[in-house]
Amino acid sequence: MKKNIFVKFIAAVITAVLLAGALAGCGKGEGGTASSFRTLDEIKESGKIVIGVFSDKAPFGYVDEYVEYQGYDVYFAERIAKDLGVAVEYVSTDPASRVEYVATGKVDIILANFTVTEERAKQVDFALPYMKVMLGVVSPDESLITDVEQLNGKNLIVVKGTTAETYFEKNHPDINLQKYDEYADAYNALLDGRGDAFSTDNTEVLAWALSNKGFTVGIDALGNADTIAPAVQKGNTTLLTWLNDEIKALGEEQFFHADYEATLSEVYGEAADPDSLVVEGGNID
Amino acid sequence: MQDSGINVLFMGSNFLRLLEGLCVTLRISLISVILSIPLGIFFGIFMTLKNPFSKAISRIYLEFIRIMPQLVLLFIAYFGVTRAFGWSLSADVSATVVFVLWGTAEMGDLVRGALISIPKNQYDSAFALGMTKAQTFIHIVVPQTFRRLIPLTINLTTRMIKTTSLVVLIGITEVLKVGKQIIDANRFEYPSAALWVYGVIFLLYFLACWPISVMAKKLEKRWG
Repeated sequence: MKKNIFVKFIAAVITAVLLAGALAGCGKGEGGTASSFRTLDEIKESGKIVIGVFSDKAPFGYVDEYVEYQGYDVYFAERIAKDLGVAVEYVSTDPASRVEYVATGKVDIILANFTVTEERAKQVDFALPYMKVMLGVVSPDESLITDVEQLNGKNLIVVKGTTAETYFEKNHPDINLQKYDEYADAYNALLDGRGDAFSTDNTEVLAWALSNKGFTVGIDALGNADTIAPAVQKGNTTLLTWLNDEIKALGEEQFFHADYEATLSEVYGEAADPDSLVVEGGNID
Repeated sequence: MQDSGINVLFMGSNFLRLLEGLCVTLRISLISVILSIPLGIFFGIFMTLKNPFSKAISRIYLEFIRIMPQLVLLFIAYFGVTRAFGWSLSADVSATVVFVLWGTAEMGDLVRGALISIPKNQYDSAFALGMTKAQTFIHIVVPQTFRRLIPLTINLTTRMIKTTSLVVLIGITEVLKVGKQIIDANRFEYPSAALWVYGVIFLLYFLACWPISVMAKKLEKRWG
């Protein structure tokens, strides 16, 4: 009788291995591509460009209820594919893995709200910018803050690790900073009146103010402009040159203003000035 | 404008997408569990060998996998391998490899623990009855070890199902990521959608893990 258990055990092992094989078989078996970058000609030949975008960062890159990618970055990606005459395949990326994706050639281009920094420029090649981000300050209508000087001695809410935190610490030491770990906590603090105003990227506060009545973005462009640009793998000059030419050419037809109208305007509303976000032809004023 | 977030679940194919996400989660975790259990059993037996060389190897392997966060292992398998050797593994394959390596190490240690917990007098009695080493192992040790292993294995299985949510970082869209996508796409119109979406995800995880626990209880009763 004891022998039975041993036989059953062997049978279980064999079944397990077979079942695993069967399950693996029904998975999507997408093969690996070449490890290093693909040149412009190789992309055109393959008939498909692989672009890394965000899938959960509305309104820049997100997936709608019909499982279609949408957003400001995606609108541009669609145009790139159209002008190259190839199909587009989107890869969903996260902030932490963007550099790795492009550095290992798993995507041809990263178009995921990728801010240009010196640190990143060592690992990837940035094309010309197509957007810029500055700081914005949102406050209640009854005591609206329209100038940084008004904040002296008051409580300003910031989120830890954002550019807003470093900017105010360095340039405005007289302002008391209230620091929170999460955006949700920071917004709740503003709603409760624990702080007088909240500062972070202007895109973020503009969108928030629109859906929260009684709050307005009094300052919509503060600090140095950070630029946002597509990135390709280091050394992929053919693709980089093509992208730069494309961005310059699109500037002439005011493509990114059209992109703004199609994707961002409903989120930021009348209050926002497209020129405080959009960069045409790679020229930052 | 601030509508009830429950509507979000029924917009377009949202609910179906969540189910598909759950399928991805279960596919990766169950393949890994199914491969890890037999491999872990062999590894566990290997660990109890009294050979210093095999002991050193298994020690290094176990500690390496244990100390490294699974996230780091995923990055190494997906991006690191491409950088170092130029082999581009697909995200599914990298995830499965990492979870099998991890599951084998954990399962191996459970098996080792269960094996050495069999009291020495069980062996002595078996030898006294005239059984050979092999017979003792098959008839005395294995059945008792098995019984001890069931609850531990179930624990490991449910842990693996939940840990697979890390695979989003290498671009696999599993149930949690689908949830985030749905919440984010509706965050301006339906700010309260998060509660509903996470509620459904909680239920889905529960429905995935609960039958496994029930099955384990039945097995425990039958063999206990």
